Amino acid sequence: MTDATLTSVPEPSENPSSGSLGHVVYVLRENPVTAAAFGMFAFLILSALIGPHVVPYDPLATNAARVLQPPSLDHWFGTDNLGRDVFSRVIVATRLDLVISVAAVALSFAIGSVLGAIAGYRGGWADAVLSRVLDTIMAFPLFVLAMGIVAALGNSVANIIYATAIINIPFYARLVRAEVNIRREAGFTLAAKLAGNSDARVLALHIFPNALPPMMVQVSLNLGWAILNAAGLSFIGLGVRPPTPEWGIMVAEGANFIVSGEWWLALFPGLWLMLAVFTFNLMGDGLRDIVDPRRRT
Amino acid sequence: MGARGGAILMRIAQAIPVIVGVIVISFVLTRALPGDPAAQFAGLTATPESIEQTRVKLGLDKPLPEQFLLYVGQLLRGDLGQSISTGRPVIQELGARLPASLELTLTALILACAIAIPLGVLAATRPGSWIDQLCRLLVTAGVSLPTFFTGIVLIYVFYYLLGIAPSPLGRLDFLYLDPPHVTGFFLIDAAIAGDWATWRGAAAQLVLPATTLALFTLAPIARMTRAAMLSALSADFIRTARAAGLDSGKVLYGYAFRNALLPVVTTLGMVFSFVLGANVLVEKVFAWPGIGSYAVEALVVSDYAAVQGFVLAMALLFVTLNLVIDLAYSLIDPRFGTSSK
Amino acid sequence: MSISRRTFLAASAAVAGSVSFARVLSAQAAADTLVVAYNQTINSLDLHRTGTNRASYQIAVNCYDRLVTFGTKTLPDGSLSYDYSSIEPELAESWTISDDGLVITFKLKPGATFQDGSKVTAHDVKWSFDRAVTVGGFPSTQMRAGGLVRPDQFEAVDDQTFIVKLDRPSKLSLPDLAVPVPFIINSTLAREHATDEDPWAMEYLHQNTIGSGAYKVVRWDPGQQVVYERFDGWVGGPLPAVRRVIMREVPSAATQRALIERGDIHMAFDIPDKDASELADRLSVHSTPIENCIHCLCMNSNFEPFQDPEVRKAVAYAVPYEAIFQAAAYGRGAPLWGGTGEIDDIEWPRKTPYATDIAKAKEHMAKSKYPDGFDTTLSIATDLGWMEPAAILVQEAVKELGITTTIEKIPGANWRTASLVEKSLPFHFENFGGWLNTPDYYFFWAYQKDRLFNSSNYVNEEVHELTEETLHMPMDDPEYAGKIQRMFEIVLDDLPRIPLYQPALNVAVNGAADYQFWFHRMPDIRTLKTVES
Repeated sequence: MTDATLTSVPEPSENPSSGSLGHVVYVLRENPVTAAAFGMFAFLILSALIGPHVVPYDPLATNAARVLQPPSLDHWFGTDNLGRDVFSRVIVATRLDLVISVAAVALSFAIGSVLGAIAGYRGGWADAVLSRVLDTIMAFPLFVLAMGIVAALGNSVANIIYATAIINIPFYARLVRAEVNIRREAGFTLAAKLAGNSDARVLALHIFPNALPPMMVQVSLNLGWAILNAAGLSFIGLGVRPPTPEWGIMVAEGANFIVSGEWWLALFPGLWLMLAVFTFNLMGDGLRDIVDPRRRT
Repeated sequence: MGARGGAILMRIAQAIPVIVGVIVISFVLTRALPGDPAAQFAGLTATPESIEQTRVKLGLDKPLPEQFLLYVGQLLRGDLGQSISTGRPVIQELGARLPASLELTLTALILACAIAIPLGVLAATRPGSWIDQLCRLLVTAGVSLPTFFTGIVLIYVFYYLLGIAPSPLGRLDFLYLDPPHVTGFFLIDAAIAGDWATWRGAAAQLVLPATTLALFTLAPIARMTRAAMLSALSADFIRTARAAGLDSGKVLYGYAFRNALLPVVTTLGMVFSFVLGANVLVEKVFAWPGIGSYAVEALVVSDYAAVQGFVLAMALLFVTLNLVIDLAYSLIDPRFGTSSK
Repeated sequence: MSISRRTFLAASAAVAGSVSFARVLSAQAAADTLVVAYNQTINSLDLHRTGTNRASYQIAVNCYDRLVTFGTKTLPDGSLSYDYSSIEPELAESWTISDDGLVITFKLKPGATFQDGSKVTAHDVKWSFDRAVTVGGFPSTQMRAGGLVRPDQFEAVDDQTFIVKLDRPSKLSLPDLAVPVPFIINSTLAREHATDEDPWAMEYLHQNTIGSGAYKVVRWDPGQQVVYERFDGWVGGPLPAVRRVIMREVPSAATQRALIERGDIHMAFDIPDKDASELADRLSVHSTPIENCIHCLCMNSNFEPFQDPEVRKAVAYAVPYEAIFQAAAYGRGAPLWGGTGEIDDIEWPRKTPYATDIAKAKEHMAKSKYPDGFDTTLSIATDLGWMEPAAILVQEAVKELGITTTIEKIPGANWRTASLVEKSLPFHFENFGGWLNTPDYYFFWAYQKDRLFNSSNYVNEEVHELTEETLHMPMDDPEYAGKIQRMFEIVLDDLPRIPLYQPALNVAVNGAADYQFWFHRMPDIRTLKTVES
């Protein structure tokens, strides 16, 4: 590792792309768990893309003759209370769940970063107003706020995404604000300013990358939380519309079958949900290693 | 010190707009809820006239701005209103239920911190090692499952199959009487009263729900600790300290850990808010008479006063918490610019 | 390492020790205490209060008396049920009905006392009835069903004699005095707590039970439990066997099931159909078909495609009845499809002549104005578990007819408003059950124009008229059966609502006996006994 403060300021224009790629390969080779996580991610993306075309059964087709069958060769993950194939439903649900989590986190990441950066960098009025707004959101118990929003707007996929995004914005904004606040008077910032860079450029290229490592951890956690949030909403009856397959709603409904011994209803969607959250979390660490300016070589 | 005192006063003053914001938003949000409380509360076989009677009785026939003014007026007199569904003053309900939720949440948080912070530090001191990977897998597994699922599985295994956990029937088995009310925290109240049988009963009831919640909160705390420790350990001053030959224990705990605490404390504040939210689901599974299940019930039946009172109480709690965290910032991190506040 | 392991073992042993200690106590305390788990929350001790929820009606049942009550009968499966056809004394010792049917004179039991020891008088009855018709909302509506509308209809002649005056004779009046609503309150005590703003002591009764009933509430922790204790001076019926009953709120069905299976509670009230069907061979499970209650699929006549009778017939033949009965009710309750179509009795709910026949459904669809189908929304309530599986099966079935449906979940608070008050749902489910067990009473609520449970906006002049005529007519009137059969004929052909099945109320008991089913679907703890399990 080289000197952290001055020379580490990333200069993307001067970095040959092979260098970045080389760094990614290096990080992956260094850390097999991260590599495995990226492999899992590829698998999830693949299921999301082609899953609906390759599953053995129609995920919506009921079959009264094969209700609550345990896993077998015909039905790898068994069937649910309406005779639907759990394996097909789990695979097909991947797309929707990825969309919900990625969209929600992307929204909150983008909005949160901009708000946090402005508040932290400009200070004064902007900071005071934005901080109060964020505090106001934070002051709500988050899950209950999400419930309230979805209950008020109606339970559609879009509204679940908005609700999840809104409750996550302050997490990003506060992180970015704290990091920017600390660094806006730092030596490298002043140096960059003196070199004639505009505020926006200094903020985006010099200060913001320093906030990325903790934010990556946050992103990876939030991607998982977003799915769990949707699952929680399903548990109290505010999830996506039936009969759409979605992991959260399948776990929520399946949970009631555990005590009666039909464990496969909740276990397999739960396993996939866990796998996805796992992947996101482990990838977050990997991403952190990749984007951390201090670990760049 | 005077400057710091002023900063604290400023900080408290800043909390006022937040409270106002919360009051306005909760009022608007409850009114935006679909469903007509009058129809809901007029009962099973209500006629249009009886629904209208109910509406007048609930004060919902007045225009919204007037309702809002009435509500604010009530608040200024310290009155959170009456919950229509339970017919009791909201403040009384919250007073009875908040300690239950706090006791559960704090127990879970303490449990989680006791496990997660050492794990995070351990992982950060040996990044990339098998210990690090194991910690990651362990804590990640905890956060990857919905709490209601973990809760039901724990009940299934430890109560239903093995029979070693007490029946998941809330804070105390019906054999015990509530300890005399002092703080509302059963563990503390029972200890004050010296009633150790009840104390054990309450503690036994806490084990499963607190474990459920703690499993869920391990990850954010452990991972933030690890990330923060890694950042701190790679910082210049640590290298300088190491180069200066300070012993590794002092470097680790005296310098790195102290610096790493800043983001950890931030995370703790957020996690607290998050856990209180997750409580909603855990309370449902364990029949825990807390504030979360109260809020869900109230939200489902559009019990405006109860939802608003709940949100306001939470808001006050968080504002206080954030205040404490901000102050902790200035104590922990000397770089933090108090002048701008 | 070894030390920490030892401490760990010691700690876990301590936890296990305290738990088994609790179990020992549990067995001892069980001797004269019954524990019941219920998934609903009790939000008031006063049924008359605005906003009191259904679950709270059990307080009125167990802690207060009415003048009269229903008798008990044994159902074919050996379980006990209330008997709508026999009215028995509770606080009244006897009653007489005048020849014109307009005046009912009650004589109170001379030994009846309230739980505070004071005597029950006709003035208490008068005050309580006045309260029920005056406070508005549900209690007043229910009183009106029995023709009890104004305080001047009630008169306390002397301490023992109470008179009800009716505007017209009705077969519903006396049964309506046996429902939970007209319960009798200790008016002396209530008046002490009444104020000018609160003349009916709503505040006080909300938190206290001051009746003459078999039990009193000694402890109420909202959201947690109600503890009942027996009142030994009860004269309303045979003294209950159990001294103390704890009604615990357990919101999660899975938890409730685990508790009853392990024997930590004696009774799990209102459990899901699935648990009932699976527990039936291990525990004693009562699944009583709920009288006068039907789970229906409704088609709203305010929406264009459903105005076409051929469309409604097509849907009725497309519905997969058996699959719904199995998936939504796990076979608990009674099927209501595949009947003969002959109407020669007045049994209700009754089997419809429809059954799943997709060819016939397609024929009707082809004859309709929508041979190629249409798009619509199928609405379900979030908190009514049976609707979702039923909706998915209906969605799949009507797709065959070209009807594309989107399933919309509506949260509890909005469900009533949207389905019943605004009647704005085109295609939805409905679960009305009438407390008073006569077909005309069901028709009054579900098939008459603008009535609350007529969520299909059904309008038929003849049905409306016939319902008006039969509502107060005695059931042994020679004209009654004919009129009722005509009503059945019309609505089963018009099909504003397609009956799916008659639901059951499921109760599992483990270590208790003599559970009795009631139309109000509340746990009546007065008949319960403990038994060795």
